[in-house]
Amino acid sequence: MRLDGKGLLIDRSAPLRFRFDGEEYRGFRGDTLASALMANGVKLVGRSFKYHRPRGILTAGSEEPNAMVEVLEGAQQTPNVRATVQELYDGLAAQSQNRWPSLRFDALSVNDLAAPFLSAGFYYKTFMWPRAFWERLYEPAIRRAAGLGSLSGVKDAAAYEQAWAHCDVLVIGAGPTGLMAALAAARAGADVILADEGARMGGQCLSDSGQIGGLAAPDWAGSVLAELAGLPNVRLMPRTTVTGAYDDGTYGALERVGLHVSPAPDLPRECFWRIVARRTILASGALERSIAFPNNDRPCILMAGAIRTYVNRYGVAPGQRVTLFANNDHARQTARDLAAAGLTIAAVIDSREGVPTDEPFPVHAGARVIDTQGRHGVTGITVRKAGTEFRIETDCLGVSGGWNPTLHLTCHLNGRPVWDERIAAFLPAEGAVPGLIPAGSAAGRFDTAACLHDGLAAAGAALAALGRAVPDMAAPEAEAAPYAIEPLWQVAGRTGPWRRSWLDFANDVTVKDVKLSAQEGYVSVEHMKRYTTQGMAPDQGKNSNVGALAVLADATGRGIPQTGTTTFRPPFSPVSIAAMGSGGRAAGFAPQRFMTSDQASRDRGAPMIEAGLWYRPSYFPRPGETTWEQACDREVRMVRGAVGVADVSTLGKIDLQGVDAARFLDFVYANTFSTLPVGRVRYGLMLREDGMVLDDGTTARLGEHHFLMTTTTAAAGLVMRHLDFVQQAFCAGWDLRMISVTETWAQFAVAGPRARDLLRGMVDDMPALPFMGCAPVTVMGVAARLFRISFSGEEGYEIAVPARYGAALFRDLVARAETLGGGAYGMEALNVLRIEKGFITHAEIHGRVTAFDIGLEKMVSAKKDCIGQAAARRPGLVGPEREQLVGLRPVADTRITAGAHLFRQGDAAVRVNDQGYVTSVGLSPTVGGWLGLAFLKNGRARHGETVRLVDHLRGLDVPCLVCDPVFHDPEGEKLRA
Amino acid sequence: MPDLIATSPLDGRAPLERAGTSLSEAPFRRITSVAPVTGQEKALAKALKSFGLVFPAPNRFVEAAEARLVWTGRDQAFLIGAVPEGLAGLAALSDQSDGWATLVLAGPMAEAALARIVPIDIRAAAFAPGHAARVPFNHMSSVLLRTGADRFEVMVFRSMARTAWHEAETALTALAARGALN
Repeated sequence: MRLDGKGLLIDRSAPLRFRFDGEEYRGFRGDTLASALMANGVKLVGRSFKYHRPRGILTAGSEEPNAMVEVLEGAQQTPNVRATVQELYDGLAAQSQNRWPSLRFDALSVNDLAAPFLSAGFYYKTFMWPRAFWERLYEPAIRRAAGLGSLSGVKDAAAYEQAWAHCDVLVIGAGPTGLMAALAAARAGADVILADEGARMGGQCLSDSGQIGGLAAPDWAGSVLAELAGLPNVRLMPRTTVTGAYDDGTYGALERVGLHVSPAPDLPRECFWRIVARRTILASGALERSIAFPNNDRPCILMAGAIRTYVNRYGVAPGQRVTLFANNDHARQTARDLAAAGLTIAAVIDSREGVPTDEPFPVHAGARVIDTQGRHGVTGITVRKAGTEFRIETDCLGVSGGWNPTLHLTCHLNGRPVWDERIAAFLPAEGAVPGLIPAGSAAGRFDTAACLHDGLAAAGAALAALGRAVPDMAAPEAEAAPYAIEPLWQVAGRTGPWRRSWLDFANDVTVKDVKLSAQEGYVSVEHMKRYTTQGMAPDQGKNSNVGALAVLADATGRGIPQTGTTTFRPPFSPVSIAAMGSGGRAAGFAPQRFMTSDQASRDRGAPMIEAGLWYRPSYFPRPGETTWEQACDREVRMVRGAVGVADVSTLGKIDLQGVDAARFLDFVYANTFSTLPVGRVRYGLMLREDGMVLDDGTTARLGEHHFLMTTTTAAAGLVMRHLDFVQQAFCAGWDLRMISVTETWAQFAVAGPRARDLLRGMVDDMPALPFMGCAPVTVMGVAARLFRISFSGEEGYEIAVPARYGAALFRDLVARAETLGGGAYGMEALNVLRIEKGFITHAEIHGRVTAFDIGLEKMVSAKKDCIGQAAARRPGLVGPEREQLVGLRPVADTRITAGAHLFRQGDAAVRVNDQGYVTSVGLSPTVGGWLGLAFLKNGRARHGETVRLVDHLRGLDVPCLVCDPVFHDPEGEKLRA
Repeated sequence: MPDLIATSPLDGRAPLERAGTSLSEAPFRRITSVAPVTGQEKALAKALKSFGLVFPAPNRFVEAAEARLVWTGRDQAFLIGAVPEGLAGLAALSDQSDGWATLVLAGPMAEAALARIVPIDIRAAAFAPGHAARVPFNHMSSVLLRTGADRFEVMVFRSMARTAWHEAETALTALAARGALN
């Protein structure tokens, strides 16, 4: 019901249409979905988690445990949206959740009738056997019955954002405390961020009817916000919930950027912020708590303060004949506000004896609500006072069991809240989060004047810590009524199986459940939580923790401080994974690295495969070729018979300079480089400290004190890091400078018997390079480097030009190769070529093999020390027990697979008989048939033996001949041609 | 004989503008890594003087006429826009011109866009014109320079230029959409 003359936040000139469960309703701009539903008289908005009890709106904030809905956006739907947080926009469509077939007639509400059997621990006790049934039958069935909203199953393609912010002072919460703190810090010149959950800042000022500094509270808030908005050192962040406190003054925060308007493609729905603050003021206020009395969960039973918020902010009331049930003075002010707004106050039930009853409405002191009536909305309450019981007709009951400071963030770094008898609530522990100062209601100060003073004092403390002068200002005058409370946690009402007193509305936990937990021995608060699931719903116990704790304390005969409390962990309120992972969907997961030849390769129809972050051509299909094997075969023949061109720019390149560069290479490589003449290239093997092979590659000596190292593509970053570490840790003071030049050069392999012919037409004054020679050259006038090295076994060159010329050179090289009967070749052909030649890649040097295993132990020079040399000689790393690199050929012409294992003929193909494994295979057009590289126990002594190759996954069992791993040109005559 | 045609990392991609802020690829400039040789620091300082430059402090860059010297790491700076004449022997020199793509973000939303990509404090008080930093540009390593109140340059590895552009464009697009809300 809408109230005339009320509703600070709504714009009555901007009517909006929205739908809930298919029905069309109207609201105003500024409404939340909850206030708009209330304005339309919708009382029932959801079904409870376990018993499917009818539920309505309980609160007016992000702590809402009941009013959770699914918001629909075309194919998308967002579940568990709190109607109290979702702002209304034109065309908003939402539906209730956890009900079937409809919200009013929910079949699973039979659970509620079975409630006597569904107590805490019911599932644990009942569905124990047979054991296998749990996973297959019980759990899926239970999950279907219990639950919250559902997902659409459609990918969330909406935009999300992440951002960082840095400030001197972060103020969390823009109520009286936060506004005062932010104003003082801002006037002192500090960089201030003021973050608040609400669409409109002001917090309690917007719900209060009191005055601040002679102005109505909302007007005072408005004047402060106007000043802050005009200051360059202030950033106001409305709709932003600070969700977590982390190390070093870092806070996570979720901003609702575009959830309050109809979706637009570029507008982020949410932004996940990481805010780094030198000082933080926690002015997050307090949350009102309920009282556990029988049937306290009916629609239109709300928190008393929430009713006041709905009336003052949105001009709506959940009912016309309101009753209030409270144990403190605050509710009295709410009653006066509501009466002033024209509502009938049927009664105020004050649990305290002897409190004044002189009000313009009936006040029952020393009374308790012991039951309520009304299935889809409360219709009446039963009150007990001085031994008599009577009924009051009412369509809305406001409950206030007192206030809990919103101290959740102070628990995120393991701070344990401290019980305060005076206010019957937990307070933030001193110094719980370094640099964070709790203030105002969050620190247990519940009147406006104290909050304003506290905000100012907190700002003063923060500014002093930052070495800034505190501005000369005083807190404005405000109401200073003391907060008087007598704790009341539960009401012993008429008992009965269907008269339960709810503690945790979100997870359907009752007083009886907590008592049962204590009775069954789960007396620790942590055990009680897990046994009853109290505090484990989306509201994370914001509404129920202290109440449940008090009941547990009572049931176990302990005080609340002795019982202790569970902790709060991040996030304070739910954060969507989409926001935290924004930008990381699909290709956004990692950077994409493109070679200079990328476009030319795609133009030729090459499918690109990912190699690390790089995209490399798999093969270059030609007309008539229908499979990749055909293209690969042709490319291999092309290299062996004419000439092929491949982009090898992805190999890591490291430029090393300095008097000690040669000495350094001797130390990081197993073999010697100080003896390498200028203008020559040498293959090098690099070991890890533990003696295993780290990487391999070639290194060229460009000058006396100048080397160029190449690494494999996969290990480029790893090797750079390794070299940096070795230099800084072991070679400090050596004259050595290193830098990556991987990206500086575009480098192409030109291989085949006609490679020299091809290059001769392009390289100006082509030098006659010997095998493993290198020289500076010019290509069409561009300074370039030419290396005579080969990864294919043919006469091979690699030519490097500055990367800006890469695209042009690749097109030229390929075009010329084609005129010579060759062309471009891709990764598939490159792999077959190197297998034919017995060259290794990281398929072989996978981190568990030694130089001995791959037959290169002679490269580990004994004349000098090197990284890994000592460790490589350890027992067990050398000898016939090692699996050693061999070649494999199937005896009959059949396919073999990498990943298959090797067994002796006659042995069963089981683990204990394992003799080794296959690392690489290829179908060789040169040798004819399948070739494999494998590691076989004592393999070098077993050439000529026939072994069983078994692939259990792909169902292969193939006899194979063990041979030398070099299948093609074992003498290397072609290389040196 | 035909010449080899040079291609920029983003192959001449047209600048774009969002939220009054432009994103563009900087024109090619020569980049040389300058790593002082131990014992030659004084001589190097003297040689740099002829460019009007000094070796920059960590997280800073210096500029004179067309030349710029940017701190990029331990005992390492990038000389940008000048031929490293007279520096051989005083420092290990390595041509880096082709290894980097440089994006320029200029305009009122440049800082806000970067705050969506780099984690460090880039408020003008902490990261003023003349400041440079090696920072993660989302998942890429980069060299970030503030070249004016509202102007930044970011250098990333050439092969990742497209991803870097995409990150910057996405941030600006979201900011423009936010701006359209008000």
